[in-house]
Amino acid sequence: MTQCISNIPFLAVAALIGTGLSIIVFNRNLIKLVMGITVLEAGVNLFLVGLGYRQDGGVPIYTNACHTNMVLPVPQALTLTSIVIGVAITAFMLSMIMVIYRHTGHIDAKRSRTLKG
Amino acid sequence: MDVLLAHSPVLIIAIPLLGAFLTPLISRVSDKGRDVLVIATLVFVEFLVIILAVDIYLGGLHIYALGASSPLLARPEHHMAPVRIVLEVDAMSILMGFISATVSLAAAIYSVSFMRRDTGKDKFYTLLLLLTAGMMGLEFTGDMFNLFIFLEILSLSGAALASFRTGFVDALEGGFKYMFISAVASLMILFAVGIFYGQYNLLNIAALAQAIQYTTLDKIALALLIMAFIMKLAGVPLHMWAPDTYSVAPAGTTPMIYVASQACMYALFRVCFTLYGVTLNTLTIGWIVIGIGLLSMFVGVTMAVYQSDIKRLMAYHAVSQSGYMLLGVGVGLAVLSDSQALSTYGRQAMGGGIFHIINNAMYKGLLFLTAEALFYALGTRDLNKMGGIGGNMRYTCVFFMIGALAISGIPPFNGFASKLLIYESVYQFNPMLSVVAMMVSIMTLASFVKVFQSAFTGPISPHVRAVKEVPKPMLGGMGILAAIIVFFSLFPGLIMDQIVEPAVEALINQGTYMNGIMGGMS
Repeated sequence: MTQCISNIPFLAVAALIGTGLSIIVFNRNLIKLVMGITVLEAGVNLFLVGLGYRQDGGVPIYTNACHTNMVLPVPQALTLTSIVIGVAITAFMLSMIMVIYRHTGHIDAKRSRTLKG
Repeated sequence: MDVLLAHSPVLIIAIPLLGAFLTPLISRVSDKGRDVLVIATLVFVEFLVIILAVDIYLGGLHIYALGASSPLLARPEHHMAPVRIVLEVDAMSILMGFISATVSLAAAIYSVSFMRRDTGKDKFYTLLLLLTAGMMGLEFTGDMFNLFIFLEILSLSGAALASFRTGFVDALEGGFKYMFISAVASLMILFAVGIFYGQYNLLNIAALAQAIQYTTLDKIALALLIMAFIMKLAGVPLHMWAPDTYSVAPAGTTPMIYVASQACMYALFRVCFTLYGVTLNTLTIGWIVIGIGLLSMFVGVTMAVYQSDIKRLMAYHAVSQSGYMLLGVGVGLAVLSDSQALSTYGRQAMGGGIFHIINNAMYKGLLFLTAEALFYALGTRDLNKMGGIGGNMRYTCVFFMIGALAISGIPPFNGFASKLLIYESVYQFNPMLSVVAMMVSIMTLASFVKVFQSAFTGPISPHVRAVKEVPKPMLGGMGILAAIIVFFSLFPGLIMDQIVEPAVEALINQGTYMNGIMGGMS
């Protein structure tokens, strides 16, 4: 039973990454593409945090520690970094979409005339 | 000098970062001061790279542990694993570092006058220096997570540079495409890093290489990493962003974005050779790399031949040239576990591939810069509107010819030296691969003859009657790259023995890289 419960975060990771990928593949609206990236990123971040979790683990602070069982601090540090980077990327992409909209009046990748692949 | 040398791995990354954030401040005081600061920063970085390179070729690899009492203390006492951020620079990393530093310097000098008509130059130079820092970090890092961080720095600044001219909608869309691909690729890398950490509780490449078991999870991680790096280096079939992005990026930055994607190729090799090494099924992975290389070569050049936009044409050639490097190094990877084949032709193939990386960065950079010079002088990228400008733009014409002959592999230029090595060695592996490589080379020549004909010779087109040669700093930027090409062409043996051989050795000998961190203290 505990095995089952401890797997739930990873099921959520799979659901989030699946959703993110399907949004990226099947949508042509630029804003929705950015949303897809954000969902994908949430999935990856959850994966990192989930890896570091230990059942009944305490806060990983060694001063006056009352737990001997602690969750891993490194994945949390990694996640924090990746969240910060993610915000920068989302903001940057959204601002680009804004300017694209100002130029063309639409945000549909299918109607783009300049991209030829 | 010794202090400078000991700290040079971190200084090479830190100085462009510092310069990047000083640039907007100095810009408020004086534009000239800012230009001088940017060039001085990059010259200093180039100087540090060269002294570090000399030391590496004489005395082996350098490590640098951040936050330790001594930079050489990769592992804290009483610890089994390295927990600090570690930079590890070996002959392969420094080769890539030299390429990045040189191309960035040429690009910055070129941009000084190219960007004269643009506004917001303080931000432009900030991004340019950030891109340099990102490339250097990606090449020097000894840690998987930092590889992700530097890849993000590189992608963000590269995309911002590509879309720098927000007045053009194609620039924005090209930049958006690059950012989008990069975001997906770097999330894949982060996921792979998570897989490694979950299994081994390690992030350091050397420590991981020692611990790796090649389980099913490691195979998934490898697939994710290979796919992500192929996306970033624009290998066919994931090359769609390259022509759009390269063709819209302003001047000097196109070669930089291209070199940034070669830095991702370095990361691919680092992962295949150093992280997985012989635990891989090297024949299968080698054939995958070779297959992508062949596709890139062939599709890239066939798409290039009929383009009429000069920068788009060059961008497709960039895709096609990456194929040669993947082919050469892929053959080396395929025979990595077979020591006899490795010594008869595997090493030579890898040497050819790596020599091609450095050659190609120089002549492709030069060609991108000449294409931009034409755009600067004529205001159009359309080959059909050009004609007969060889007389008015003599120096650009000469630089273009040097670049075009080198890329087509005409002797005695350096492109010939590296391509010949690839043909010879790949022929012993599988003759068909050599045939494709030669055919691609001929088609490359054909398309550059077309560009030369339609842009520089023939009757003077009415569109371009009053063109003048481009300003001196632009010629200077092109001149640096042209001089390096001529030097490499004159002394290919010297470069092969002194620079390329150690790099091949560094990739093949996984143990040396591991010992840099893990050895000596266990």
